[in-house]
Amino acid sequence: MNDSLISTPGAVADGTWPRFTRAVLGHRGLALGAAIVTLLLLAALLAPWLAPHDPYLQNTANRMVLPVWHEAGSWEHPLGTDRLGRDYLSRLIYGTRISLFIGLVAALISGLIGSTLGVLAGYFGGRVDAVISYLLTTRLAMPVVLVALAMASLIGGSLITVTLLLGLLLWDRFAVVARSATLQLRDAEYVQAARALGCPLHHILLREVLPNIAAALIVVATLEVANAILLEATLSFLGMGVQPPLPSWGLMIAEGKSYMFFQPWVIAIPGSALFVLVLAINLLGDGLRDISAPGGRNE
Amino acid sequence: MMLATEPTQVPSAGGEQPCALELRALSKSFTLGSGLLRKGRKLHAVSEVSLRVPRGQVMGLVGESGCGKSTLAKMLLGLTSPTAGEVLVDGRPIAGANQKALARHIQPIFQDPYSSLNPRQRIAQIVGLPLRVHGIGSPKEQAARVAEMLDLVGLPGRAARQYPGQLSGGQRQRVAIARALIMRPALVICDEPTSALDVSVQAQILNLLLDLKEAFGLTYLFISHDLAVVEHLADRLAVMYLGRIVEEGSREQIFGAPRHPYTRALLASALTPEPGLGVPDIGLGCGQPDPSAPPSGCAFHPRCPLAEANCERHRPSLNDAEGGGRVACHLA
Repeated sequence: MNDSLISTPGAVADGTWPRFTRAVLGHRGLALGAAIVTLLLLAALLAPWLAPHDPYLQNTANRMVLPVWHEAGSWEHPLGTDRLGRDYLSRLIYGTRISLFIGLVAALISGLIGSTLGVLAGYFGGRVDAVISYLLTTRLAMPVVLVALAMASLIGGSLITVTLLLGLLLWDRFAVVARSATLQLRDAEYVQAARALGCPLHHILLREVLPNIAAALIVVATLEVANAILLEATLSFLGMGVQPPLPSWGLMIAEGKSYMFFQPWVIAIPGSALFVLVLAINLLGDGLRDISAPGGRNE
Repeated sequence: MMLATEPTQVPSAGGEQPCALELRALSKSFTLGSGLLRKGRKLHAVSEVSLRVPRGQVMGLVGESGCGKSTLAKMLLGLTSPTAGEVLVDGRPIAGANQKALARHIQPIFQDPYSSLNPRQRIAQIVGLPLRVHGIGSPKEQAARVAEMLDLVGLPGRAARQYPGQLSGGQRQRVAIARALIMRPALVICDEPTSALDVSVQAQILNLLLDLKEAFGLTYLFISHDLAVVEHLADRLAVMYLGRIVEEGSREQIFGAPRHPYTRALLASALTPEPGLGVPDIGLGCGQPDPSAPPSGCAFHPRCPLAEANCERHRPSLNDAEGGGRVACHLA
């Protein structure tokens, strides 16, 4: 370690992004997860152009058409139609929108709640920490599915209710991670230096602490997106989530369950879609955790 | 002890001019292991420390790890409040003063340049932060002052756009110095600013600190456990043991004729680069006692080679010693 600049003038430009992309591509699970998630995000965004049919258009003359791999199937309806004659592929594509919307918005809401509580608890400690930890234990004592079911049946299930409910229920992991990460940073010398400068509290928390715990929170966020998507499917399957005729994957499974012994593809298709999406998001989250793990003192 | 210690021998104190920094019987205790029903033990991290740092001087504060040096620094910076006693900066008590006003007078330089800079901010942001927080100047003027400051601490202009992770330890410490001095504080608390650096880099940083002191007329409180560093830099020295000052005096007194047995042991413990000498035997016997259960009387008596029965019973007060300085020892 000498005292002259290590980097040459040409390399001064911030090298964070190339290093990041290299790390993503070098991690096979992460690259796969990111690719699948990107594809599904594109599918959700471009649904009106990708879907061959209107997902709500019923056609009783064309009920339970078989998918293309059956002898009776045709390319007119590549994944067949459901019991109301709606094109299954179109519903699947539009269902991506529902799943991703609920997953992302619920994770955003719970992320805001959990990170705020966690950072405050970790930074102030003492009584603030005691109160927030009590809230956290209370929340952990509640079975998520049961509470969500009860609340949804009380208020009435809908896309917005389910999103809000999940957002209000899934903040625990954010709070735990934010709290312990902040505890470690509270005595970091740069936080001390900011305090000694008389920095206002919001500056310390938002500019000094938050950017340095963001990596951990992003990892939690990806896992919570997957969690919320699964819970939405569960609630919809049980009839307390997204209501028909919205094309939620959980709802598609529920609607197909009376046919599952004769036409197993009606639940296998949305089920596989759910599996692939959740797997991809978890791969992404695990991969992000791997590459953001402390590799040295420099980052 | 307390205030009976007018510094008579300080050369540049200049009559009634207030000291840059004065501590009056400053104490800090923590409560350990207190629960809902249990009453915790008291740990006296700093006990009745009185000290005057005249303007323009470097006061070295030395002692073993865990003797309360860093707690003292935190109190001076307003990061923790003292349990008792007060801190005066330029003759005015800092208790009740707001943190921003204090920050213009006192700034810290921390020990570990790897943890004292926010890894997510560019150097220009880090150094310019004091100006932004205190609303000094327009963004353009701030950028100009940051560039000027980086130049003063010997960093190339391109460092402004880099992140701390791209700099070496010595460079980072230069950034920390630039951040501390950009508001031109009168007093800088250096908390072991070189102990995390290579020896070759240490000298550069120490010389930089000395140059900047001359340029800006700074006063330093220089906390260290490295006696060689302190000898290079300090005008006066205070030696701390278990939260108390046991000896204080000019550099010549402390290094030439140390009076407290602990000071002598500290000086004897300094490693020399001469080969074949091995690790010096400092004759202190056991390790440092548990600060939450300090020994009776003189806290140093269990390790003191000269201890008498009296040392076990009565704590010596910090009295003016012959030939200047203060010492807390029955035998001195």
